[in-house]
Amino acid sequence: MMMIFGIPGPLLFGQLLLGLINGAFYAMLSLGLAIIFGMLNIINFAHGALFMMGAFVAWMLLDSFGIGYFPSLILAPLIVGIFGVILERTIISRLYKLDHLYGLLLTFGLSLVIEGLFRNAYGSSGLPYRIPDILQGATDLGFMYMPNYRGWVVLVALVVCFSTWAIIEKTSLGATLRAATENAPLVQAFGVNVPRVVTLTYGAGVALAAFAGVLAAPIYSVNPNMGSNFINTVFAVVVIGGMGSILGSIVTGFGLGVVEGLTKVFYPQASATVVFLVMIIVLLTRPRGLFGRAA
Amino acid sequence: MRLSRRTLLTTAAALPTPGLFRHARAQSAPTLKIGCLTDMSGPYKDLAGPNAVAAVHQALEEYGVSGKGMAVEVLSADHLNKPDVGSTVARQWFDRDGVDLIVEVANSGVALAVAGVAKEKNKVYINSGAATSDLTGSACNANTIHWVYDTYMLAKSTGGAMVKNGGDSWFFITADYAFGKALQRDTTDFVTSAGGKVLGSVAYPFPGTSDFSSYLIQAQASGAKVLGIANAGADTINTIKQAKEFGIKLRLAGLLLFLTDIHSLGLDVAQGIVLTDSFYWDMNDRARAFSGRLSPKIGGAKPTMVQAGVYSSVLHYLKTASAMGVDKIKLDGAATVAEMKKIPTDDDCFGPGSIRADGRKLHPAYLWEVKKPAESKAPWDYYKLVATTPADQAFRPLDKGGCPLVRS
Repeated sequence: MMMIFGIPGPLLFGQLLLGLINGAFYAMLSLGLAIIFGMLNIINFAHGALFMMGAFVAWMLLDSFGIGYFPSLILAPLIVGIFGVILERTIISRLYKLDHLYGLLLTFGLSLVIEGLFRNAYGSSGLPYRIPDILQGATDLGFMYMPNYRGWVVLVALVVCFSTWAIIEKTSLGATLRAATENAPLVQAFGVNVPRVVTLTYGAGVALAAFAGVLAAPIYSVNPNMGSNFINTVFAVVVIGGMGSILGSIVTGFGLGVVEGLTKVFYPQASATVVFLVMIIVLLTRPRGLFGRAA
Repeated sequence: MRLSRRTLLTTAAALPTPGLFRHARAQSAPTLKIGCLTDMSGPYKDLAGPNAVAAVHQALEEYGVSGKGMAVEVLSADHLNKPDVGSTVARQWFDRDGVDLIVEVANSGVALAVAGVAKEKNKVYINSGAATSDLTGSACNANTIHWVYDTYMLAKSTGGAMVKNGGDSWFFITADYAFGKALQRDTTDFVTSAGGKVLGSVAYPFPGTSDFSSYLIQAQASGAKVLGIANAGADTINTIKQAKEFGIKLRLAGLLLFLTDIHSLGLDVAQGIVLTDSFYWDMNDRARAFSGRLSPKIGGAKPTMVQAGVYSSVLHYLKTASAMGVDKIKLDGAATVAEMKKIPTDDDCFGPGSIRADGRKLHPAYLWEVKKPAESKAPWDYYKLVATTPADQAFRPLDKGGCPLVRS
């Protein structure tokens, strides 16, 4: 058997693949955060709670209305996105003129309230959500037994991440968005309703989190704490990638998933900390992040 | 501040009131204070949590404290699974609020901290939710009782049964803190002494891990026959779900599983898993009667062994309070625990039992198998009995734990 660093090769390949799967979630979540930070200058700490809401809405749609997984992939992000729009209009929009810290505190408080409400209503053990029949089962890759559903998650995440990147960087809609963040009064003078653009951007970022939540529902039990398990790592990803950098968050998300996966083989106790170690090193050497633009 | 006649009057009226109130209360029967310190928001909320507080109230109601001339007050708090938070609450309760007894404390790290505080303040601590057998071993003290189960009991019952059925090589996935380590250590002892081998283990960061796939693949690659799952609550649920997802061929030994975990997993995923609990709501007429009384108060759920333990332990404490007198029980925690060890225990949940010198409460341990979906006739009908370990063999022998109370 082939050995790499004293670890059997097949085991290492398996871990790399698993790292990519976790990285898919990091990428999708940090992408939403990067968009929101880039456009609104808000550090959205409620992102984990909104991710969790996506999973819960999918569960409720199934439990109360018999609506299955695939329609939920569209419906749950829509519903949670609308919730995000209401949050932005009623509360968050009041903070744009203040320091970042206020936005951080507000959204952190919001996430505590949302998670607390769900915990009270549904407990902390989590609720079961079945993998859809068509994605049941697993494929033997030779070095690893790969559940079909996880393969699906990686594919969908790649498609979603790169189409979001393309929309923002390559279309005229994206150009308007970017222009609105650079110089809002000028864009407004061209007849663009900038506050509405900002609101819809927040809604879209939130919908991305909810979408990731629906994807996560069959893997992790649908649990009020599922977002807070992810959110710290995801913030580290955003910082490492460069605050507000779309491509940075995608690449770093997948990359750190792999780094974490490898740590789980060599020294599992450190798997929760390794991401922050990388963050410290990056901040010391490249304070703007790997993909951040100079001011 | 400008002093007006009105502010002067209201201040004067407000000041002496609390003093008067305290004085009036002090003349009637002294109040016993019970604090239920538990996980109200984390992974152990469902197996203990608010329903454990409900179990305290159930015990008070059934014992009929008001009819016996006792006044009892119940406090509750969330330890957030952090030993520093837990010991701070315990100190405040003992020092400031005059709490006499702390019950529950699901989380071994927090439990060890609270046991230390109870000893320092000479109060009483009865643990139901935490598992580490160190509470009656190297960390035992004269103020602490360990009520429901411990890592040794789980290891002997589940681990022993697995090895007997051919599961002689193990791999552990372990939560990296006091509980997980104690559970792995105690199970390893049983596996190796029965001639089995431990081929490997991973200790993962707790809390905050939700993806176990990497560890499951490592377990698979180790070639072991049995996967020892040395964690609890939501972590165990995720481990079992993902083991099924990845088609892990190892036999799963759920070293600590609660009724609420099975409820969350669903029988579809959980069927066939073997586990050890010292209480199951449907195990006999008395248990059914108790669960029937408590169930409407906890939203129709059935109590876990932890919640049953909280009820049972509070009931025994109240009996002791009647025997000793409330005045005496408030004065000296160690004397109270000594008296509790003399009086035999008996209640609907655990039947007749006793408390040993090292603080270990004794009762039988039961090995259960989770039913197939077709076998389950009603909601919460999940377990069938596989084996019973009698009370005198279920726990670690008194002289093997290294408890200083026993040596002296």
